[in-house]
Amino acid sequence: MGKESPPLLRVENLKVWFPVGRSSLLSMFRKERKYVRAVDGVSFDIDKGGSFSLVGESGAGKTTTGLSIVDVYKPTEGRILFNGIDVHNADRKTAKELRRKIQMIFQDPFESLPPHMTVFDILGEGIDLYRLAGSAAEKFDIVAKALEQVGIVPPEQYVDKYPHQLSGGQRQRIAIASVLILHPELVVADEPVSMIDVSLRWDIIKLFMDLRAQFGLAYIFVLHDLALAKCISTHIAILYLGQIVELGEMDDVIRSPMHPYAQALISVAPSQRRREKILLRGEIPNPIDMPSGCRFHPRCPVASDRCSKLEPQLVETESKHFVRCLLST
Amino acid sequence: MAYKSSSVETLGQSLLKVDELHTHYRIRGGQVVKAVGGISFEIGANEALAIVGESGCGKSTVAHTIMGLLPPNAWRVKGKVVFEGRLDLAKASEDVLRRVRFKEISMIFQGCMNMLNPLVKIENQISELILLHDRDVSKEEAVGRSRKLLEMVGLPVHKGRDYPHQLSGGQKQRIAIAMAIALEPKLIIADEPFTALDVMVQAQLIELLNEIRKRIKGSFMLITHDINVISELCSKILVMYAGKMMEYGDLEEVIKSPMHPYTAGLLGAMPSIDGSVSDCRSIPGFPPSLVNPPLGCRFHPRCQHRCSLCEREEPQLVEISKGHYVGCPQLAKR
Repeated sequence: MGKESPPLLRVENLKVWFPVGRSSLLSMFRKERKYVRAVDGVSFDIDKGGSFSLVGESGAGKTTTGLSIVDVYKPTEGRILFNGIDVHNADRKTAKELRRKIQMIFQDPFESLPPHMTVFDILGEGIDLYRLAGSAAEKFDIVAKALEQVGIVPPEQYVDKYPHQLSGGQRQRIAIASVLILHPELVVADEPVSMIDVSLRWDIIKLFMDLRAQFGLAYIFVLHDLALAKCISTHIAILYLGQIVELGEMDDVIRSPMHPYAQALISVAPSQRRREKILLRGEIPNPIDMPSGCRFHPRCPVASDRCSKLEPQLVETESKHFVRCLLST
Repeated sequence: MAYKSSSVETLGQSLLKVDELHTHYRIRGGQVVKAVGGISFEIGANEALAIVGESGCGKSTVAHTIMGLLPPNAWRVKGKVVFEGRLDLAKASEDVLRRVRFKEISMIFQGCMNMLNPLVKIENQISELILLHDRDVSKEEAVGRSRKLLEMVGLPVHKGRDYPHQLSGGQKQRIAIAMAIALEPKLIIADEPFTALDVMVQAQLIELLNEIRKRIKGSFMLITHDINVISELCSKILVMYAGKMMEYGDLEEVIKSPMHPYTAGLLGAMPSIDGSVSDCRSIPGFPPSLVNPPLGCRFHPRCQHRCSLCEREEPQLVEISKGHYVGCPQLAKR
């Protein structure tokens, strides 16, 4: 994607492995250390102002990818470049600036806001940290403006409230405002509406979309809901067991999915039309003992002998449409 | 054409008939939450009903009232829950209810992955349930039956010797389904059985529930906030909002031509894989407090079609076509 200009974010062969069994006495005698390969070779680009969805079942590694981008996890291998700067190997000053430019919004607005701080303090923290305001009056103006932008009006009525005094939707708006205040260029949103009532969800989604149009924000949405991803993103990566199995423009992937896992996932997504469902057997296998060959082969409805032996690579089959499957190449 | 009726008309013999059910909770400070404010529906033999609504609309409370499982601070104010035309569950004693639960009506609870006892092997937990209700069954027989049940819900028999922590969320949900069908009840109530499960696991469980329903020929009641899952499992729908009935009728008819603005709003808020962001919209405003619910129609503060009538008049259920009831003051006027 975007060979003409360098991408805003480039994730290059990202691997995040977590050692397991550290606490067990037996592991001391074990020669081979075991790892959960949460993210295992994920690469993608995001352009400025783009909207990208990482979709997969739990355990696919989508949240870990998101958290690595905001520098919560260090990559075991690979790197993440933001405007060409390595996120995990930047000097202190650059790293601080990067933390401002790449922001995260979490799933649960009931837990992501500090309960002992007022709305004003929550929003003010970022302003103080990055010295965005010259005076107390200016700080208040910035807070008030951000609250207005996310639809918390009138702001004066809300600045002294604590998170527990707000509804779930309002809390998620506060979380968005606290991110917005820092003028980020990229926002990683991890299931941002899954805790919000269906009838209120779209206001939050529309807010995300408006902010993207207004400030040229780029988004990475971490989602399990394919239908939602389809509605809000232009590009998509479908993950399975720490790897991207299909990557491309949203419409291409949804209209003509090539990976059997993507096909199955799309077939069970909510639709207005009645479609043939592809039900997969079993569940995501244990990420410590990965299946040999293609990781999906034990559940794949069309797997052949070859699939258990050869490990497929992510290959561009059509223009900007990548698939990791031996059968499609 | 339309005529007013306070409750839903009975058509022949129904398995479960809930009539004008009101359930309230007392909360701190002595305030009363009117969680369920007049719900009527019926489930016939081999019929499947979905109760749909957002969190806090009282849909779980309806199920708990039917099962006689209300917490101490809740009580049924009025209304009947008639089972098989003979037994009013709302008035039944705890002794009677204990015999009804799981034997006649079973329940798959919300978050029931956490209902299993972590210290007891799976097959023993299932056989415990069988032994409790069937005195004549021996321990060995019960274990044998629980192994058969495991097969029925698509689990290998050796899983029965595992402890709950050795199973995944989807597998535990299958155990919950196995327990719900263990005594071959006439009605299974499932309260948000798919929350916290992955889409593929959810699709598998929908398939399983459909298979099981065909096999045991029981009735089914599904409580959910997700309109997408019901079309594959249910034939009737009841839409609840703030403790009130908004719409009730044949599922296909209601989804194709929703008559209540709330039903339409709820359907419009569901994304679809063939839609786009412009197809979806929120319903403005917030669900009301059930301590002081809005006067008139409880949905009117959020309704785009409201008029002065909606603020005054409590809507009556109107049967607009056979078996299709709508609780909207404007329809009642017409």
